[in-house]
Amino acid sequence: MTDSLNDLYRDIIMDHFRYPRGQKHLDKVDIKTEGKNPTCGDELELELKIDHDIVEDVSVGCKGCAISIASGSILSELVKGKDLQEVKKIARHVKGMLKGENMSDNFNLGDLEALKGVKDFPVRIKCALLSWTALIDGIDAWEHKEKAKVSSTE
Amino acid sequence: MSRLVEPSAIKPSVYFDPESIKNDFPILKRFINGRKLVYLDSAATTQKPQMVIDAIAGYYQLHNANVHRGLHTLADEATSGFENTRRKVAEFIGGVKTEEIIYTSNTTESINLVAFSWGQGNIKAGDRIVATQMEHHANLVPWIALAKRTGAELEYIPIDNDGYLDLGNIDKIITPNTRLVAVTHVSNVLGTINPVEELIRLAHDRGALALIDGAQGMPHMPVDVRALDADFYAFSAHKMLGPTGIGFLYGKQNILETMEPYNYGGEMINEVRYNYADWAELPYKFEAGTPDIGGAIGFAPALNYLNKLGMEAVRHHEIELTAYALERLAEFESIKIFGPLNSTKRGGAVSFYDRDIHPHDMAQFLDSRGIAIRAGHHCAMPLTKLLGVPATARASFYIYNTKDDVDTLVEALKEMRRYFKYD
Repeated sequence: MTDSLNDLYRDIIMDHFRYPRGQKHLDKVDIKTEGKNPTCGDELELELKIDHDIVEDVSVGCKGCAISIASGSILSELVKGKDLQEVKKIARHVKGMLKGENMSDNFNLGDLEALKGVKDFPVRIKCALLSWTALIDGIDAWEHKEKAKVSSTE
Repeated sequence: MSRLVEPSAIKPSVYFDPESIKNDFPILKRFINGRKLVYLDSAATTQKPQMVIDAIAGYYQLHNANVHRGLHTLADEATSGFENTRRKVAEFIGGVKTEEIIYTSNTTESINLVAFSWGQGNIKAGDRIVATQMEHHANLVPWIALAKRTGAELEYIPIDNDGYLDLGNIDKIITPNTRLVAVTHVSNVLGTINPVEELIRLAHDRGALALIDGAQGMPHMPVDVRALDADFYAFSAHKMLGPTGIGFLYGKQNILETMEPYNYGGEMINEVRYNYADWAELPYKFEAGTPDIGGAIGFAPALNYLNKLGMEAVRHHEIELTAYALERLAEFESIKIFGPLNSTKRGGAVSFYDRDIHPHDMAQFLDSRGIAIRAGHHCAMPLTKLLGVPATARASFYIYNTKDDVDTLVEALKEMRRYFKYD
């Protein structure tokens, strides 16, 4: 009976929950988004510092349950130093994985692997998705603005 | 963090044995995740005794037919069962007329009926509707929408730090332009029992009507809507041992008679021509279409069950159990309890928050121990925000809950804190 619970709250998840990474605000913010799960009351603030399409630094401030905090913490570690396109690919992969889709792409997910247990707890999937959805939305909006800027200077 | 529990003024005596009551509820024999189910979510919906389940099955096995139409034996039986429950309900809530009992699908629909039918004809721009800060969305959103449609204003009676309504400025809230005061009888989050009799009187003094959301009131204590002088009183069968899909609106006959129908169609008409229709008498005017007949018939044994226990005894059991739960939860330094700490002034829905563990993680952990509680905003988002927490956990009790259930909860909460490595 506790086995399935331990599958959700794996050691790595618990570690990220108790000691979340990437919490401090950034001095320079290029992308800022907020995520909300109104039905849970979870709130998240995501900041990214971008240099030449590379995520230089990231901050995740999350008020929520263990799963949403851990997921955000893992995100902060995983996307740092990566190219925006790759980040988006990872985020899409995570969303697919949590929704139980068969993912053909082969990522080294690192600590993210531990989030796999969430897919067996349907009501908790949205907790794990919160930060990743905010990440994709944030990058999309930023790219849009960038493009708009470019087109306006032409 | 936790405050002291006030000693309860009344020393309640037990009039029935909840342990033996458990035997009438087949679901309570279930094991969840390897543990005997401890059901502490009755404010969301109560479990159903065997006789309710049997009555529903019996209706479909032997009597299934549509009501108020058809001249055959089955139709007669279905109609008489359906109307029998209406009579029982009329009696249960204080001996009102059956014309004043309208079948709906739940409390929410009952309130929407008033918001549309009464609201449309009686609320105009500049009028005021008064609710409280502790309303469930069911007694909040229909008024927000009505205010938006009509240009009326909405005002809220505030709550104080202990979870009681603050009536200090009530004269400035229930003003002469107030047309309706809509108040919950018992808060589904704080447990507070509101002084509805006084509020109804204040509303009437200003020429306003009063609607009481009784979803958490009617199931838990003796309620006499006539003694309260409520104009409308809404409640649901499923929160008092009955099936889901059945609710009621009590309304004073003279008010209901002035109201236009809310739904149109079969059953609610008197005469229909291609360019004309007029409405049936009360209560049928408000009951368009085929109702939940099986649900209505299934509710009769639920009322019998409560009548047999006696609503005074139901209330006393709740006071005693709630006092015990408040006392035991106060053992946790990390847990904050919301709402009144005096169990004689509150119902059995106890909301709390552990500063270290999110209510969703708590509910998940407790489920793994076979304990069902609710976590979230309990359909009262503005209130949850006011309490300053993202969500709360809520344990809520009914006639089949025991002190052992509370002990099981408390032990599991201790285990939870160890599991999440806080203790």
